[in-house]
Amino acid sequence: MTRPSRMLAYGAAALLTLFMLLPIYLIVLAAFSSRAAIFDYPRPLLPGGVSLDSMSYFLRSYGVVPALGRSLAVGGLTVVLSLLLGCPAGYAIARYTFPGRDLAQLLLVNVRAFPLAVLAIPLLVTFIEWHLYDTVLSVAFVHTAMSLPFTVLLSASVFMRVPVELEEAAMVMGTSKLGAVVRVVLPNSIPGLAAAALFAFVLSWNEVFAAAVLTQQSTTLPAQLVQALSNSPLPFKYAGGLALTLPAFIFIFFMRPFLFNAFRGVAGAR
Amino acid sequence: MAPAAIFLALFLVWPAVRALLIAFQSASGDFTGANFAAVFHEPDFTLAVRNTFLVLVIVIPVEVTIALVMAVLAQQRLRGNGVFLYFWTLPLAVSDLAAGLIWLSVLTGHGYLNSLLQDLHLIRHPVGFLDYNNLAGLVVSVVVAETWRSISLVMVIVLSGVQGIPAELGEAAAVLGAGGWQRFRHVTLPLLKPTLQVALILRTTAAFQVFAVVLVLTGSAFPVLATKAESWVYEYHNFQMAAVYAILLLGLSSASTLVYLVTLRTPRPVFQP
Repeated sequence: MTRPSRMLAYGAAALLTLFMLLPIYLIVLAAFSSRAAIFDYPRPLLPGGVSLDSMSYFLRSYGVVPALGRSLAVGGLTVVLSLLLGCPAGYAIARYTFPGRDLAQLLLVNVRAFPLAVLAIPLLVTFIEWHLYDTVLSVAFVHTAMSLPFTVLLSASVFMRVPVELEEAAMVMGTSKLGAVVRVVLPNSIPGLAAAALFAFVLSWNEVFAAAVLTQQSTTLPAQLVQALSNSPLPFKYAGGLALTLPAFIFIFFMRPFLFNAFRGVAGAR
Repeated sequence: MAPAAIFLALFLVWPAVRALLIAFQSASGDFTGANFAAVFHEPDFTLAVRNTFLVLVIVIPVEVTIALVMAVLAQQRLRGNGVFLYFWTLPLAVSDLAAGLIWLSVLTGHGYLNSLLQDLHLIRHPVGFLDYNNLAGLVVSVVVAETWRSISLVMVIVLSGVQGIPAELGEAAAVLGAGGWQRFRHVTLPLLKPTLQVALILRTTAAFQVFAVVLVLTGSAFPVLATKAESWVYEYHNFQMAAVYAILLLGLSSASTLVYLVTLRTPRPVFQP
């Protein structure tokens, strides 16, 4: 690259980074500003000391801590359900050719394009009939359905990387098929499966629409925030925004090695 | 395979069928088209359709353009590449609700953007970006927040595609005298078609469903299809009306997917490495 175009490239990269980063700086600033600083105008753009007012107000607000607990429970259930259901299916896609395998893969990719409203609203009616409405379990079911396709594809790509020969060697040594999977394939797949679990958790943690529609009392944290939206003051909203964002940073940190691999499958073609 | 298939049938396929049934039934269970008629006559309906499309037709081209720029930049081996990429992927796991709340702190009346403009003496009074009658302000606000949140996903997909293109092709084109832009236009872009197709399908179907960002930034001043569906459930407990909105979303998503599948079809692999 020529020198001026290299400067341009750095300029563009810096500008884009600023655009991505600035809002995060500002929400952290807002969440740790004192009430006075938030309601001051013009608002100070540089931190003038850390205040925990907003955060503690948020955590002490009615329903927030229980909702936080339910969010963790729904996320945990979603992880367990989607791994239990997804791993066997991913293993089948990785190891066996069966009729409809390509179709199954195609369908799994396209499930992502399914509008959530089409799931949440009829399921709401179903869950009322099953007496599951307004429960942690009902939300976890919907989140599992949403994350399952990705869990299947990701676990399939993870299992493909474990050589079949290892499995066969273990079986020659006298273990059963299941034993080979449990003792050889799974231990070699732990990082990839951890990524799938993390993905399912974050999807559940972030999901708003279904959680808001399917619950009234047993709200998850996002659903609780949506319910409280119209009558909560700005400090509450800023603290809530930060609380929702924090897991994202952890997620990206651990997920990075898998990010591009996972999406290479989704991006298709090769 | 079987347990996952059963689960997906129970929690994906059956709800879709049931959504259709509910949309075409009255509250007592008779089959009727009255729900659709009621939705089409709702004053908010035209607004919701207009707003949804307004956001969509701006967000999609803006995102794809920025994502292409990011992907090309990431390929230039700039110093600090890893750092840039880390920050560009940061919002990948940020929910639409959180993104709405983050941008609320920026765009609200006495928020950070107005504070900055005031500090720079560019304005005398705070600008009402999110005022209910400021349509341009509302659209731009939703577009900016939505772009910020979902650009990472598009970038990751596009970059995965760009990395899959053999470097030799670009080098060959360079030897034949193609400049940077020509290489991008005639080598990268055509080979990126399948990747762009995936990104466009995912993002367009998601953009039809834009929900929490809109709810946080605009309240009820800027109805879109998904917020209407939610409010029919949440405020009025009218599942029929909500199901009609859900079916409309499904129809629009499927139609847009079909359009992309047909228009961006790659007849046979352009190049098989």
